[in-house]
Amino acid sequence: MNRIKEIISALEQTANHPAKAVKASMQETGKKAVGCFPYYTPDEIIYAAGMLPVGLWGGQTDIKLADKYLQSFCCSIMRINVEQGMKGMYDFLSAVVIPTYCDTLKCICDNWQVAVPQTYLIPMVYPQHRKIAAGMIYLIDEYKRVQKEFETIAGKKITEKDLEDSIALYEDYRKTMQYFTALVSKYPITLNAKTRHLIIKAAYFMDKGLYTAKVKELMKELKKLPEEKLDGIKVVVTGILAETDALLDAFVQNQMVFVADDLAQESRQFRTCARSTGTALERLAYRIADHDGCSLLYDEEKKHGQLLIDLVRENHADGVVVCMMKFCNPEEFDYPIYKKELEAAGIPMLYLEIEQKMDSAEQIRTRIQSFAEMIK
Amino acid sequence: MDKNISSKQILNDMISRHYEEALEAKKSGELVAWATSIVPQELLETMDIKVVYPENHAAVLGARKDAPAFLKDAENNGYSTDLCSYARVNIGYMNLKESVAGNIPMPDFIFCCNNICNSVIKWYENLAREMRIPMILIDTPFNHTFNVPEHSIKYIRGQFDHAIGQLEQITGKKFDHDRFKEVMKISAETAKWWKKATALAAAQPSPFNGFDLFNYMAIIVCMRGKQEGLDLFKLWAEELQGKIDRGEGPWKDQKEKYRIMWDGIACWPHLADTSKILKKNGINMVTSTYPDSWTIVYDSDDLDAMARAYSSNYANRNLVYGTGNIVQIVKDFSLDGIIYHSNRSCKLMDFRQYEVQRQVQEQTGVASVIFDGDQTDPGAFSLAQYETRIQALMEMMEQRKKERLSRQ
Repeated sequence: MNRIKEIISALEQTANHPAKAVKASMQETGKKAVGCFPYYTPDEIIYAAGMLPVGLWGGQTDIKLADKYLQSFCCSIMRINVEQGMKGMYDFLSAVVIPTYCDTLKCICDNWQVAVPQTYLIPMVYPQHRKIAAGMIYLIDEYKRVQKEFETIAGKKITEKDLEDSIALYEDYRKTMQYFTALVSKYPITLNAKTRHLIIKAAYFMDKGLYTAKVKELMKELKKLPEEKLDGIKVVVTGILAETDALLDAFVQNQMVFVADDLAQESRQFRTCARSTGTALERLAYRIADHDGCSLLYDEEKKHGQLLIDLVRENHADGVVVCMMKFCNPEEFDYPIYKKELEAAGIPMLYLEIEQKMDSAEQIRTRIQSFAEMIK
Repeated sequence: MDKNISSKQILNDMISRHYEEALEAKKSGELVAWATSIVPQELLETMDIKVVYPENHAAVLGARKDAPAFLKDAENNGYSTDLCSYARVNIGYMNLKESVAGNIPMPDFIFCCNNICNSVIKWYENLAREMRIPMILIDTPFNHTFNVPEHSIKYIRGQFDHAIGQLEQITGKKFDHDRFKEVMKISAETAKWWKKATALAAAQPSPFNGFDLFNYMAIIVCMRGKQEGLDLFKLWAEELQGKIDRGEGPWKDQKEKYRIMWDGIACWPHLADTSKILKKNGINMVTSTYPDSWTIVYDSDDLDAMARAYSSNYANRNLVYGTGNIVQIVKDFSLDGIIYHSNRSCKLMDFRQYEVQRQVQEQTGVASVIFDGDQTDPGAFSLAQYETRIQALMEMMEQRKKERLSRQ
């Protein structure tokens, strides 16, 4: 039990203090670090270049400087990332990668070069038509282009073997995380909503190899213990991310267990595995092509709702919690469609509008409590 | 074309006919498509498909003050008021299907190109899903580099082929490549004449005011691939040249005292208010960043060039291009000022506007103001704020004029 506490505490520390954690990882591994904006950045290529890909998902910084570039109706993750960049908080990174999935990200890409000139920018465009041959070819060309950039920064040529090894390590990480999230329903007390989130988040600030080993050890230790019984509420959570501390605390207080998630910051990063055939870059491109049910990737069939319904059924969940990131257009557009589908399937849903920096979580706490009472 | 009829009369006629024909076509069982405003319409025109443009329709509903009912309906169905109001009006319309301001037929399929923004992908996905109809997408990767990269062109071309396959399947007809070349030729020619006519506003005084520009824009959106569209712009250019030769300005009852550019889409529900205040002060909006987006010009048998052209509109280009473009406009049109519309609907335009304003100011010294508004949601606009900003702009422009005169 002590070892479990130790591992969890270390991962929580990592997630709660990203800059400190990344600097420690850099020291521990002797690697350079590259910042990765949301979403689906080519982390495998960065890792293959012998560098650490680091997740940049905003934070709790007050916004002052970023107002020079962005109106108040811009998503809080992006405003905070620009703010932190302007404050010099990312100066220790060798570069940042900004993919342009949404209109806001395109603008951030443009503003970054003026607002944060000291942190080198590598823009990347993912094809929306990712399932057709022309889209696959385009994506592979984009991977090749950024690969050269990473090679220059790392001062190292990336071989096919480097890429294959990196993909293997990331595949191992993804499978591990799939097992980990499945374990939550068996250990809902230890892996409560907040702890679960922090453990998953820690991956963004560590070397993936070292991180995966830690999670594996944690699972091994956990499995030695009898399963935990909690008379709580099982939910599937969807959105970009489920933060802040106050929000997560409210879930824990109301015994709401995240038996599965469809968060961009969490399961969407690891629920789709790479194919086993093809060159390394083809395998990376196929992973994007095969990834469905995400608001950021074109899907004329709109499988997002069905994906949520399936997650609810497979995990015997009591309902869905929507953590709607305020001003996130892709997510806001998906909502009316899956809302209708969830209603038709008779699945209860709690809609919460969140921002990274919330002055008061009182209203959200009340709504979580009422939802919990309604389900019970 | 009857030479005694003015281009403005023809324009109004063409627009009503455009919508009537689409409604009739639907009734008689022809296929109808909905498409985004800068879509490669050449593919649809070649297949002889009736196309209506929801953005144009939403603008009409906005201008005729019938948007609120549709906005409300969308909101009731879970659409956040933070989303683009064109999308919300159109999604509301899909549901309610009836507007006193004018109707459009429901589509058999939809055709989307994200060169204007990525929100249209999400909007059209929802249309496809709700109506259970096929969707065709042309994805034009955002150009973070100044020029359109070669691999983007290859990708867009590949999608043209894919779209042709989809169109053949939807219509059950073969795609006629000879007809395609003709349509490409007309489309590129129409775009050239559109550019030529709108560029005539460089004359001092300008022969038209920019709110005319917004009216003619409907034709470049809806009829770029048609001979009538081409003829109209030729006639308009001819009329404008006549006015320039006679030294006629934009208005009969007011002189052009200041020349400005409008950045972004109009505030359709407040079109009269926004234009009256300008006219009252002799401020003529001679141009805008926005209409040049339809200057889609390429050689008629060059698909690579067509792919490049569809990815080259300013909304899909980087900040360096966006700023340079406006700096050039300031020079070409001898501008005194710029009005930036911080359009609550359009994040892609908004979130670069502050920096564009700073850089343009730095490079040209031109006076400018930003005001808050929205293209179709009447609630986001405040007349008092608008008036105050225009007043401030006037003062800045006056000051600059004095400084210029004292230097001479």
